Amino acid sequence: MNKLLLIIKREFFAKVKNKSFIILTILSPLLVVGLGALIFYLSEKNSEDVRKVAYVDETSQLTPAFTNTKTIEFTNLTAIGFKQAKSISEKDYYGLIYIPKNDSLPQLTNSIKFYSQESPGLSFISNIENRLDKRIRNLKIEKLNLDVATIKATETSVSIATENFTGEKSSKIGSMLRMAAGGGFGYLIFMFIIIYGTSVMRSVIEEKTSRIIEVIISSVKPFQLMLGKILGNAFAGLMQFIIWMIIGGAILFVITMYLGPEATKNTNSLQMTPEVVQQVQEVSNNNLQLVLQEIKNLPILTIFFSFLVYFFGGYLIYSSIYAAIGAAVDSETDTQQFMMPVLMPLVIAIYIGFSIIENPHGSVAVGFSIFPLTSPIVMLMRIPFGVPWWQIAVSMLLLILTFIGIVWFAAKIYRVGILMYGKKPNYKEIYRWLKY
Amino acid sequence: MKNVLEVENVTKTYGNYTALNKVSIAIPEGSVFGLLGPNGAGKTSLIRIINQITLPDSGAIYLDGKPLHQNHIQDIGYLPEERGLYKSMKVGEQAIYLAQLKGMSKQEAKKKLIMWFDKFGINDWWNKKIQELSKGMAQKVQFIVTVMHEPKLLIFDEPFSGFDPVNANLIKDEILKLRDNGASIIFSTHRMESVEEMCDYIALINKSNKILDGKLSDIKNQFKENKFEVGLISENENIFNVVQEKFKVTNLDSNGVNNEYRMEVTLNGEDTTKDLIKYLNSKAQINHFTEIIPSANDIFLKSVANHE
Repeated sequence: MNKLLLIIKREFFAKVKNKSFIILTILSPLLVVGLGALIFYLSEKNSEDVRKVAYVDETSQLTPAFTNTKTIEFTNLTAIGFKQAKSISEKDYYGLIYIPKNDSLPQLTNSIKFYSQESPGLSFISNIENRLDKRIRNLKIEKLNLDVATIKATETSVSIATENFTGEKSSKIGSMLRMAAGGGFGYLIFMFIIIYGTSVMRSVIEEKTSRIIEVIISSVKPFQLMLGKILGNAFAGLMQFIIWMIIGGAILFVITMYLGPEATKNTNSLQMTPEVVQQVQEVSNNNLQLVLQEIKNLPILTIFFSFLVYFFGGYLIYSSIYAAIGAAVDSETDTQQFMMPVLMPLVIAIYIGFSIIENPHGSVAVGFSIFPLTSPIVMLMRIPFGVPWWQIAVSMLLLILTFIGIVWFAAKIYRVGILMYGKKPNYKEIYRWLKY
Repeated sequence: MKNVLEVENVTKTYGNYTALNKVSIAIPEGSVFGLLGPNGAGKTSLIRIINQITLPDSGAIYLDGKPLHQNHIQDIGYLPEERGLYKSMKVGEQAIYLAQLKGMSKQEAKKKLIMWFDKFGINDWWNKKIQELSKGMAQKVQFIVTVMHEPKLLIFDEPFSGFDPVNANLIKDEILKLRDNGASIIFSTHRMESVEEMCDYIALINKSNKILDGKLSDIKNQFKENKFEVGLISENENIFNVVQEKFKVTNLDSNGVNNEYRMEVTLNGEDTTKDLIKYLNSKAQINHFTEIIPSANDIFLKSVANHE
């Protein structure tokens, strides 16, 4: 037992003292936040640009639709005629809206054109279309001699507030955030398993190629060495994860403090008018505050602890397979043929995870979140949405049983493999090792 | 004499391949025991079983009279033929780690390590990484790591490979010193001259079977052929023929300078050395007379050839 601790300690420090580990641990969260901030800043900057748009309205009926906003500035060029307006617009304006003379309103709707240097964005066009729709609709109402006020009164807008049986309110942004949290943590496990599994494999290969292996296993049992290696790497991974959580938490805290007062103001108005939800999603600045609000509503502790359990379970299963592969080969280039079947379930889990996230309690989702080779990823993606405890229990139990089975199996391959040199083994050969 | 290690009827098979077939050896305490054999004979398999790296299919092993047990790991020091250290780990740190795995405490290991580093004059290596050292330097560190926990039984597999003659000699002296201090040593090698120099006992393994073992001097006696190298001074140019009348003569050397003739003479059935000397003395002046004792190399080659 004492020796196992020694091995864990050595493996942990061998990993942690590595320069690339230190750099990755500290820089990653800063990089992620920095990138996020950059994208945010750029998209803000992008939408801040004012677009100058000219229009020629030969019907002169649609002009009221063109009111200036923060991002679009309209200029009426009807007076100088379409041809001249077109040549001016080409140089001085973002684009030109041309409304030809047409007495029939239904025909008019299909004859409006937009000219521009570059093809405009979808949202820009739908913005213009919305304006014209509204205006033409009002014109039609006037023509039919209907009372505008009466029609307005018939308009309805249903807004369903979602709430689960225990009384937790959920919003659309909330469920989006759950998707992001589930997807994020699932993906994190996926990455951790691959990164640290490969690291275990490299370390096994290193011991084999540097030939220290025989010295070590004349002092400890191969199983102790394998387990120590796996655990040492796992602790290094956990430390990295915790450092990331702390740095991430600190950054989140700073952002909350910075945007704090504004956030409360906005959430108040949100509760009063349902339409604001729609608006909020469009205006990214408000979005951020809502996200902060919703992050507080997530079952963070549950996520954190199940992350630990599934990280350990999934990682132990896969890294012992990785260790066995490392033991079976002489160099990393020989690992290819064995890597495919290992990566397969992981990749499937990620795909399944992202596809079931729309419907996190469907039977496919439940099935894959219980199947032990995919459960660490899929279950973690479901947990933010709330999973019945029995499913978690069954999934964890299966995970542990599988882990024991696979470690036993991997240890047998490992024990024989580490002393085999020169021959590139195939599956048949490895199967025979199990019986030695 | 007491045996520190006894291997009894050990058999080990891998699938259809038999690596060891009922091999028994006994290592007397305080001796250097040469474990010899051609490549692939089963030496490494046997060494791994003694180190509990693998388990025998059948047979028993006793260390100090007790069946081999996990706790015996710290009583054995093993320098494998394929050796290596963690390349990116510092020398001192690494040696202490490996000593701790052998059951030493950290303080004890540090003390012993400083002593050895002083002895080899390599104190400034402590904070160097293995990859910064030359192969020979790394071998020295490896040797220290093998012996620093002062085990009863030391197993060296080709300990001199990778050393220049000066350092090989240094290591040889250290091994003999360890023996004088009471350690027993299993020494596996192909270099027969070092067997000659160092081994008190040998065992020869060929094709999974032990074909010969015992005290080296006894084995040499067994392999003696009653052959003598003789130098005669005689005016008689036909002195060979004269000797050949009564004995079997081989490897004549008749350079004739100073009337000296060299030859190898083998005794016939009932003849004794006395008869030979008497006869030679009566025919010529005896310049020198030496019994030809077979070298370890000869014994090795002969035994393996006979076994096959």
